[in-house]
Amino acid sequence: MKLSRRHFVMGTSALALAAPATIARAQSDNIKFASILDLSGGLDIYGAPMAETTKLAIEDINAAGGLLGREVELKMYDAQSTIQFYTQFATQAAAGDKAATVHAGITSASREAIRPTLARFKTLYFYNTQYEGGVCDYNNFCTGSTPAQTVAKVVPYAMNKWGKKVYIVAADYNYGQITAQWMQKFVAENGGETLDVEFFPLDVTNFGPTINKIQTAKPDMVISALVGGAHVSFYRQYAAAGMLKEIPIASTTFGVGNEQKLISAEEGNGIIASYGYFEGIDSGANKDFLTRLEAKLGAGRPVMNELAIRSYEGAMLWAEAVKAAGTIDREPVIEALRSGLSYDGPSGKVTIDSQTNHCSMNVYIGELANQEWNIVESFENQPPADTQLVCDLNENPNQSTFLFENGLEAAGIK
Amino acid sequence: MDLVVAVLFQLVYGIANLALISLGLAIIFGMMRVINLAHGEFLMLGGYTVVVATNAGVNIWIAMLILAPLVVGLIGVIVERLLIRWLYGRMVDTLLATWGLSLLLIGLVTSIFGASTGTTISPPLGIIRIGDYSASGYELFLIGVTVVLFIAVWATLKLTKLGLVARGTMQNPEMSAALGVSNTRIYMITFGLGAAVTGLAGGLLAPVTGVLPTIGATYIAKAFITVISGGASILAGTAAGSILLGGVNGIFAFITGPTIGEVALLVSAIILLRLLPRGITGRFFRKSL
Amino acid sequence: MNGNDTLRAMKPVFVFALIGVVFMFAAPYVLQLFTIINLTTAIALAVLALSLALVWGYGGILCFGQVAFFGLGAYAYTIAAINFGGSTWAILVAVMVASAFAAILGYFVFFGRVSDVYLGVITLTVTLIFFSLIRRTSGPDYKIGNALIGGFNGVTSPPLNLPWDTSSFLFPEHVFYVAMAALILCYVFCGWLVNTRFGRVCAGIRENELRSELLGYDSRLYKLGIFTISAGIAAIGGVLFCNGVGRITPDVFNLYNAALTIIWVIVGGRGTLIGPIAATFGLFYLTSALGGQSVLNNNLVLGVILIFFVLLVPKGVAPTITDWFTKRRKPARNSRRRRKQGRST
Repeated sequence: MKLSRRHFVMGTSALALAAPATIARAQSDNIKFASILDLSGGLDIYGAPMAETTKLAIEDINAAGGLLGREVELKMYDAQSTIQFYTQFATQAAAGDKAATVHAGITSASREAIRPTLARFKTLYFYNTQYEGGVCDYNNFCTGSTPAQTVAKVVPYAMNKWGKKVYIVAADYNYGQITAQWMQKFVAENGGETLDVEFFPLDVTNFGPTINKIQTAKPDMVISALVGGAHVSFYRQYAAAGMLKEIPIASTTFGVGNEQKLISAEEGNGIIASYGYFEGIDSGANKDFLTRLEAKLGAGRPVMNELAIRSYEGAMLWAEAVKAAGTIDREPVIEALRSGLSYDGPSGKVTIDSQTNHCSMNVYIGELANQEWNIVESFENQPPADTQLVCDLNENPNQSTFLFENGLEAAGIK
Repeated sequence: MDLVVAVLFQLVYGIANLALISLGLAIIFGMMRVINLAHGEFLMLGGYTVVVATNAGVNIWIAMLILAPLVVGLIGVIVERLLIRWLYGRMVDTLLATWGLSLLLIGLVTSIFGASTGTTISPPLGIIRIGDYSASGYELFLIGVTVVLFIAVWATLKLTKLGLVARGTMQNPEMSAALGVSNTRIYMITFGLGAAVTGLAGGLLAPVTGVLPTIGATYIAKAFITVISGGASILAGTAAGSILLGGVNGIFAFITGPTIGEVALLVSAIILLRLLPRGITGRFFRKSL
Repeated sequence: MNGNDTLRAMKPVFVFALIGVVFMFAAPYVLQLFTIINLTTAIALAVLALSLALVWGYGGILCFGQVAFFGLGAYAYTIAAINFGGSTWAILVAVMVASAFAAILGYFVFFGRVSDVYLGVITLTVTLIFFSLIRRTSGPDYKIGNALIGGFNGVTSPPLNLPWDTSSFLFPEHVFYVAMAALILCYVFCGWLVNTRFGRVCAGIRENELRSELLGYDSRLYKLGIFTISAGIAAIGGVLFCNGVGRITPDVFNLYNAALTIIWVIVGGRGTLIGPIAATFGLFYLTSALGGQSVLNNNLVLGVILIFFVLLVPKGVAPTITDWFTKRRKPARNSRRRRKQGRST
C-alpha cells in the first residue's frame, strides 16, 4: 500500500483533466434538487410519505413558475436503509448532479454520514426529520422538531394529567438514549420521579418481561421513545395485558411512522404524543394542502405526520430563500435563510433560527382516538431551546459538529 | 409469589414464541436440507394474510387458523415448483435463491400494499389476572397452540402413511423411489407443509406484533440459530433449542434488560455449538423426530 | 511443486491484475469524479468478497460472518487512527486485531471440530453479537483511548494520510488509487497463496478432510491458518470501506450484509477469486443504479435478478465463462481440470 508522491500528482492531474467533462455534462437549464431517503428496507415506513410530499413540493414550485424563471428538477435517490448509500448518493448529487440543495436523511446516522460529504462539496443540506437535537452546522438546516420543542411540552402535560411517577421505555440506540436523557431531565424539572429507564434493540418483538417489570414498578405513566416496525409490538402487547387502561402512555415517537394505523383503535386510544404537526390542525393552509395531496394520490394517500410535512416545508423554505437571494448559489441562499426567513405551511408558521439553523415552529399535543390524533393543546412559535443552549452560529458560523453525539452530559447539559 | 408466576408465564411464552417462529424452518431444513432465508417473509405473508382478510371483513379466527396457513402453504408449493425443486442437493444455492425470494417477496408486498398497511385487529381473548399482575389471554392461547402444533406435526410424521413415506424419502430418496414413491411429490408436500406451519405462526403473531413488509428480518436470525442449535431432529431439536435459548433470553431480559438478553441468547448458542458441534439432538435424543 | 509451476499456474492472476492496473490509471480519464470517489466503497467490498472467496472457495469454510472481520478491521482502524493521529500504524492495527480475533475464534471452532453449517451459524452469531453490542455503545462511557465508539450512529473515520506524514491527508479521489492498489495486491497475494503448498493442502482438506488427515496433515491447523489470513484481508477491506464511506456504523455487522457477502461469492462462483470480485462490482453497480430510479421497488428487481441468476447460471459467473471458453477451444483435457477447480464442497 505504498505510493509515492509523484503518483498522487499524476492522479490529481488526471482528475483535473477529467473535471471539465463533468462540468460540461451538468450544464442544463434546470435547477437540480436532490432528495435521498430510505424508500425500501426497514426505514421505508418513514421514507415513503416523505418522498411523496417532496414530490408535491417540487410540483408546487414548478406550477408557480419555477424559481428564477427556471424549472426545478427533482433527483430522487433511494438509500435502501443502508448508510453507505447515503454517502454515495450524496457524493453523486453534489459532484455529479451539481444539485443546488440536498434534502436527505432520516436517522441521525445517515445525517452524520452525509454532512461531511456535502460540506466538502459546498452543497446546501436540509435535514427534515424530528431528531434529538444538537447539530451545529452552518451548511446544514434542520427543520424538524427537537426535544425542547416536543418532549418539554408532552412531559408536563402528561404529568399533570396522570401523576408524577414515570417509567421510560426507549429504543436502544443514540436517538432513544439521548431522548431518554431529555425525558429524565424534563421529568425532574417538573417535580416528577423516573422509576426506571429501559432500552430495547430495534428488532425486539416480545415485550413480556418488560410488561412484568412495569407492573412491578407501578408507575403513574409510561413514556415511550420506541422506534420502528418491530417496536409496534410493545403497544399491542401492553394493551393486550390490560395495561393501557391502568397505566397510560405518552410518547415522542409513536406516530412518526404512522404507527397509530398499525394497531387497532382500542390498543391506541388515549396515547398522547407531541409533534410539530398533526393532520387535525385547523388552518386553511393545512386543509388546502391535504386536499391537494388527496387529489394527487387518491384516498389511499399516506397519513401526514411531522416527517412528511417537514419534507414539504423544508423544500418550500429553500425555494423562498432562493427567491429572496435571487440566485441558487450556496452562500447567498444560506444568508437569506439565516436572515430569519419564514414560511407559512400546513403546520403553521416556520421560522429559521439563525443561532442554530434550526426552526422555531408551532408545537401540538395530540391524543389518539380511533386511530386519529385529536389536538388537545398547541403552543405557538417554539424555539429550538435545546440546541440553543450549546450552539451559536451567529457568533461563530464556522462550525460543523453534532454536539449531542455523546449524550447531554458530554455537551455540558445537566 | 405473584411475580414469580407472572415471570414464569412470560418465560414459557417466550419459549413458545421462539418455537412457533422456528418450527416451519425446522421442517424445511430438517427434512430437505434447504436453508430457507425467505422464512421471515413467509411469517410476514402469514401476518399480511390475516391483516388483509380481516380488513376485508373476514372473522379473525378464520383468517388466522385457516387462511394464513392455506395461503402461505400454497405460496410454498408454488415456490417449490418454480424454484426450489431445481436446487435439491445444492444447499448453498438454495441460500442464494431463497435470499432472492426474500427480497422479491418484500418488494412485491411493498409494491402492492405500500410501506405499511393499516389494521384494526387486536388480540382476542381478554386478560388473565395473576394477583397484581396481568397477562394477555391470547398469549396463553399461543402457548397452547404451539404445543398442539408440535403434537400435530409429530402425529403427521409418525402416525400417517404420508409421514412414513416422507421420512423414508428424506433418509433414502433412491430407495423410496425404487419402492414406487414419487419423490418430487413428497418434496413438494413437505415444503408446502413447512410453509403452511410458518404461515400459521405468522398469522397467529399478527395481532401481537407490527405487520410490515420488512418485519421478517427480525425473525430470521433467531429462528435460524434456534433450528441449527437444536440439531437434526425436527421436533425434539426445535423444542430443545427453543427451551434453552428462549429460557436464557427470558431470564437475562428480565434481570438485565432486553439487549443483554439478546446477546446472552447468541452467546449461549455459540457455546452450545462448540460443546455439541452437531446441535443438541446430534448428541441427545438422537432417535427422536 | 516448484516455483516455476506456481508462476505458470498464476498466469491468469497476472492477466487480471494487469487489467486492474490499466483500469486504475485509465479510470480518472473516463469516469466522472463522483464515480471515482464512490468506487472506493465498491473496491472495499470487493476485497471483502475476495477474502470470503479464499476462505470458502479454497478453504471450504462456510464463514457466514466474514463481515465480522471486515467491520472489526474498520472499527480498529478508526479507533487506532483517532488515537494515533495518523493512519499508517492504524492500518496495521486493523489487520492485527481482525487476524488475532479470527485466530482465537478459529481455535475455538476448528479445534472443537465444528464444521459445515454449524460453523456458519457460529460465525454469523458472532457477527450479530458485535451488531447488538456496538449498537448500544453511545455515550461518553464507551471509549477506547480518545475514540468514542458512538453506538448506532457510528464514528467518523479519519482519512488516510501519506505514510508517516500525518499532515498530508488523501482526498477521497486519491483514496481510489490506494484502494485499487490494495485490491490488486490482495488479489495477487491470494492467487499466489492458493498455488502454494499450503493452499493446495487447504484445497485437499476441502475436498476430503479425512483423507488429508490420514495423509498426515493436521486439518485443524490449515483451516485455522487460512481463516486467519482471510480475516486479515477482510480487515484491509474494512479499512478501505470506512475511508470510502467516511464513517463506520454497526450496520456493517447486520444480517443483510452478512448474507450479501455470501451472495457475491455464490454469484461470482466458488473456487475462483476473480469471480466474486467481478460479482461485487456488478451487484454494487446494480444496487446503485436501482437507488436512482423510483419506478419499481428495488427489492423486487434485485430479488428477481438473483432468482433468475441462480436458475440460469448455477455455477456462478467466472466458472461459467471459463467453461464456455474452454469448451470452445480445447474440449477434452482442460475442461476436466477446470471443472475440478471450479467445484467446491
